[in-house]
Amino acid sequence: MKATVLVRPKPGILDPQGQAVEGSLGHLGFSVADVRVGRVVDLDVSAGTEAEARALVERMCEQLLANPLIEGYTIQLEQV
Amino acid sequence: MNDAAAARPVVAVVVFPGSNDDRDAQHALELLGARAPCVWHTENELPRATAAVVLPGGFSYGDYLRCGAIARFSPLMRAVQAFAAQGGLVLGICNGFQVLTEANMLPGVLRPNASLSFVCRDVRLQVERTDTAFTRACAHGSQLTIPVKHGEGCWYADPDLLAEVEANDQVVLRYADGDNPNGAIGNVAGVVNADGNVFGLMPHPEHAVDPLLGSADGAVLLGALVDAARLSPALTVR
Repeated sequence: MKATVLVRPKPGILDPQGQAVEGSLGHLGFSVADVRVGRVVDLDVSAGTEAEARALVERMCEQLLANPLIEGYTIQLEQV
Repeated sequence: MNDAAAARPVVAVVVFPGSNDDRDAQHALELLGARAPCVWHTENELPRATAAVVLPGGFSYGDYLRCGAIARFSPLMRAVQAFAAQGGLVLGICNGFQVLTEANMLPGVLRPNASLSFVCRDVRLQVERTDTAFTRACAHGSQLTIPVKHGEGCWYADPDLLAEVEANDQVVLRYADGDNPNGAIGNVAGVVNADGNVFGLMPHPEHAVDPLLGSADGAVLLGALVDAARLSPALTVR
């Protein structure tokens, strides 16, 4: 099963990377606000059911892929 | 523990792929009287008679994913955690501090500097606690001048965790007023765990052990660690 994990800074947390990107977009002439920068992790996980896959990927997020103090995550699953 | 071992305590310096201040740490510790073997991260055990552990500065695993996020799962870290759980002294410097927070051995997280710039300069540090094994040689309220060199040194804790850390008096070093190089909340430069045996700091004491380097204030911290290691009982870690 293919999983796509989106890791985002938690709402309200200062995101200097997002601010830098927002500033650059502004210099390029774009009008944007609230730019936040996260990360994507794509992976292939072996699991019998979608529920099983989701539970496994959640544990991956809690242990490694995201830092729960400052990041939230969403998981999208796709049967291959 | 025989007299020879007590005279030169073993302070193990853990080396991860991408660590770069391991030999500086080794040099500084040996200058201050320790025997400081560098130990590769795939080892399952710490050297015999290890009395303290140092996680050095650098860019373990290229800072991939998050600084220290991967190094914390190295085989040797299991032994380091067991060592700390038994009261063993552990010092994390810069990337080592990052590894300790990722391993949940110290509170908080180190984030990108607020300026998004890599900062490499001396900073003045306010010593907040002088009753830890690492700061015992510091006079209360004294300042230390020690260099930082990092792009991700901004210590952060959410309001609840910050309140807990402050209430427990876990902040050991703060950047002096006006000298915060990275935007760390509360000007936090170094914290200790609740039991006081695990300490992490962003500045590099190993780069300040000789007047030739601009400051010998780092020797005050590392010397205290070596002295404490000399006095610590032998731990049997499995």
